[in-house]
Amino acid sequence: MIADNLPALQVVLPLLGAVVCAMLRRGTLAWGVALIVSLLMPLCAIGLLLEVLENGTISYAFGGWPPPIGIEYRVDIINAFLLLLVSLIGAVIMPYAKSSVEAEIAPENHAWFYAIYLLCLCGLLGIAITGDAFNVFVFMEISSLATYALIAMGRDRRALLAAYQYLVVGTIGATMYVIGVGFLYSMTGSLNLVDIAGRLADIENSRAVMAALAFLTVGISLKLALFPLHVWLPNAYAYAPSMVTSFLAATATKVAVYLLLRYYFSVFGVAVVFEELPVTEILLFLSLAAMFGASIIAIFQEDAKRMLAYSSVAQIGYITLGIALANQSGLTGGIVHLFNHALMKGALFMALGAVFYRIGTVKIDDLAGLGKKMPITMGAFVLAGLSVIGVPGTVGFVSKWYLGLGAFENGWWWLAFLIVISSLISVVYVGRIVEVVWFRPISQAARSAKEPPLGMLLPTLLLTAATVYFGFDTTASAGIAGRAAELLLAGLR
Amino acid sequence: MMAEFSIPPALVLIVTGLLIPVLQKRARSIFLLAPPLLTLWLIWQVPDGVILSFEFMGYGIAPLKGDALSRLFATIFAIMAFGGGLFSLNRDQPAELGAAFVYAGSAIGVAFAGDLITVFIFWEIMAVGSTIVVWFGGGEAQRAGLRYAAIHLLGGVLLMAGVAGEISATGTTEFRAIQPDSIARWLILAGFLINAGAPPLSAWLPDAYPEASWSGTVFLSAFTTKTAVYVLIRGFPGAEILIFIGLYMVFYGIIYAILENDMRRILAYSIINQVGFMVTGIGIGTTMALNGAAAHAFTHIIYKALLLMSAGSVLHMTGKRKCTDLGGLFRTMPLTCICGTIGALSISSFPLTSGFISKSMIAQGAADEHMMIVWMLLAAASAGVFLHAGIKFPWFVFFQKDSGLRPDEPPWNMKASMVLFSVFCIGLGIYPDPLYAILPAPVDYQPYTGAHVVFQLQLLLFSGLAFFLMLGWLKRTLTITLDFDWFYRGLGQALQAEFQIKSGAAWTAFVDRTYRAVIRFLETVYRHHGPQGVLARTWPTGSMAIWATLLLGAYLIFYYR
Repeated sequence: MIADNLPALQVVLPLLGAVVCAMLRRGTLAWGVALIVSLLMPLCAIGLLLEVLENGTISYAFGGWPPPIGIEYRVDIINAFLLLLVSLIGAVIMPYAKSSVEAEIAPENHAWFYAIYLLCLCGLLGIAITGDAFNVFVFMEISSLATYALIAMGRDRRALLAAYQYLVVGTIGATMYVIGVGFLYSMTGSLNLVDIAGRLADIENSRAVMAALAFLTVGISLKLALFPLHVWLPNAYAYAPSMVTSFLAATATKVAVYLLLRYYFSVFGVAVVFEELPVTEILLFLSLAAMFGASIIAIFQEDAKRMLAYSSVAQIGYITLGIALANQSGLTGGIVHLFNHALMKGALFMALGAVFYRIGTVKIDDLAGLGKKMPITMGAFVLAGLSVIGVPGTVGFVSKWYLGLGAFENGWWWLAFLIVISSLISVVYVGRIVEVVWFRPISQAARSAKEPPLGMLLPTLLLTAATVYFGFDTTASAGIAGRAAELLLAGLR
Repeated sequence: MMAEFSIPPALVLIVTGLLIPVLQKRARSIFLLAPPLLTLWLIWQVPDGVILSFEFMGYGIAPLKGDALSRLFATIFAIMAFGGGLFSLNRDQPAELGAAFVYAGSAIGVAFAGDLITVFIFWEIMAVGSTIVVWFGGGEAQRAGLRYAAIHLLGGVLLMAGVAGEISATGTTEFRAIQPDSIARWLILAGFLINAGAPPLSAWLPDAYPEASWSGTVFLSAFTTKTAVYVLIRGFPGAEILIFIGLYMVFYGIIYAILENDMRRILAYSIINQVGFMVTGIGIGTTMALNGAAAHAFTHIIYKALLLMSAGSVLHMTGKRKCTDLGGLFRTMPLTCICGTIGALSISSFPLTSGFISKSMIAQGAADEHMMIVWMLLAAASAGVFLHAGIKFPWFVFFQKDSGLRPDEPPWNMKASMVLFSVFCIGLGIYPDPLYAILPAPVDYQPYTGAHVVFQLQLLLFSGLAFFLMLGWLKRTLTITLDFDWFYRGLGQALQAEFQIKSGAAWTAFVDRTYRAVIRFLETVYRHHGPQGVLARTWPTGSMAIWATLLLGAYLIFYYR
């Protein structure tokens, strides 16, 4: 019974949890509920992944209405992987959240915070699991609205402006998405993704379909912060509460990337998107612009959180680069980087959150000498930072390796070159923090710092350890990503 | 045998290197001496074939693969780590020594690497370790270290791109002999050659090495260039282009060393010169020439370390490094003087020294292939080596005029390491069979034939004569800023363009110009990407909407056909 309804539980549980949190009104209790829900999520996701690995795609008809009439939840290896990623990050971050939220958010808002957080989680998981184009829009709005509220809870007053900006931009993105879906619906008369894909095969290349593709691409690109549509991201990440930043950086953009993958490969198909249209060229150019432009901006940031935010934009460039390559190795690299980047950015932002918890600032100058005061936290930061650079033995290397191979598969050795050179830029901005943290005299702000409480430290260390573990044992991450890439490339042909 | 052996020799030194900075001074002495010997023992326990292997991302990784060539290079690296450790016992800079040991360990790691990915990983660790060693030179070393790191990062980029390309093209990670016949392989070759100090990027070597500390330079001289020689022997034997590159390096090194005034920079240029001999040998590619290149790498590490130890002792005791400030030190530093002279004789391939029994093999390799011009150039270069390193270094440092300096002999450990390496130089010169026995291919070569000895002695005597005849000339170079007009005026316009830009003052000007250009470039970047730059400012919300619209428009236009 439970096993049959796992797809529904994956989304309904956080939704119910949110309601319970809102009714409880007591911070600690709400945290307890959120913790239980967050810990249950990976169990659901693992169950789904195992089921998919064993028996292939799961189709779950909501309310007994068979697709394409009713809403279908459809889990294949790609979104099972993503569900696991999002729910794992959610589970790891909850123990961390308690201290961090207590320090950064007014006590009367705690219960609301957890309620909204669970809504956000519900929305992200929903986008990942549903097989219905309009249902995606609904979940996108749930997660986005929740995100705006979460960002606005930041202690810095600029958080309000950041949230407002994200609201405007996010709404534009969602609108474009829904316009795209509208075009598709008018052409095919269906909202079920699989069904649309089947019907598109007959009416390919009409203008309306191309317009749908353009609207969907730009709408989703806004959500995934593709350069130059990334401008909402640095402020949102920089001023949101630490826990929210860690969570969003690790999950929100990844879900949007998944959506792009889904539309490009499963709905429109490789043949249309990559062979008949100049998507490769545009996406390749924008990805490279992100990899270099955003990395260079990151070098000059004065606030460590903003620096990491720009680094995120650059790292998303690697993921979209993998999509643009559209071959087995390249796509594997993109998908595995989705996973790997979630691990390393999660760890980095959590380490910074711990720093903020202790010294109340993450300005780079204030971090001086912190390595002596918080050696474990900053050690984790350095390890995860090495992963951003792509040092062998960390996850970053694995992703870049596959991307490099993908570049060679297309015969673009210059691209392999650019990939490596762009990682040299990340050496500079990570190196800068390392230099400040370990080799400078202790700053005024850092004087009384010490290691954060275990509840914050352990999750940070767990993610950091994962960046190293998956750097060596790639069977799980790259293996599943490889199978997902195969499935995507096979498309519907 | 296979089952009981599982410790990669490289690991011992790397772990030691990581431990050294946290150890007390007393314990450090043991850790500087025992692990290299343990490593040496382990190296000779490595049997032929792949010993360790595992799968990583679906590729076969073989971090430990033994054969004669691997053991030969690993052996000399371990000996060098021991000698360097002994020489540096009194160096109170644990982080430098730790980095040096990590550096040495990863060089051994490269020597035993059975696949390209392992090569690349140890290659990068070497780059990091050696950069740290350079950094501890203090003063100008900071900037030199940055330039050094930049060049080696570039080398790493080339290598990684090449390795990725090679693996995706051939599907195998195995590190084996190939020819430069695809872009990926050219990239690999370029990555290797940068570490060998090949043109056009030779300048990193004399730029960085002399800026390291008196102990650091001894380590630096041994590993980077010689691992490059190793990987070239393993990866590109017989690649013809290497002959030309090698010959260029031979003469590049000689010419600059003759013109140089800083004693350790003379020796740095002579590293390029000596590696040039080896690279030429690899380019010739016959068994004799490859054996010669390997043997020469072995002996070169010993005598170049010996020379730099004597120079390091002088620097340590006097604090001076320019030939013009030194001289007449034989009075109070007789042992250092004798050891330095033995090193100088070895590098000049004087009969009965180690250089004689190895370099002649490379020349023999050329002769066997009837490469007349190559052979003659090598012979001419041998005379040049005697000129710049064999006589110039000891003459200006230990003899010549009396500089008035009366330094003591260095501490016992420095003396001990110099004596040890001197014994190696002479010992191998008299009795080369142990070295010949461990060369990758069986050796059928007798260095001490009458004709050969007489030829070499004549060569050396006449170039020695030339040195003293030209002494007046050479002295004119001993000003602090070098003025080279006299040099290229005599050698014609062709060389002028080449050497003007690189020589002394001009080189400094060039570096300055580049540096300023980089600064200007960075300022531009900062204007656009800095916190207040247009790309990093918080944009008005409306402008983001415009961007989204623009992009949408662009997509629609591109899709509309």
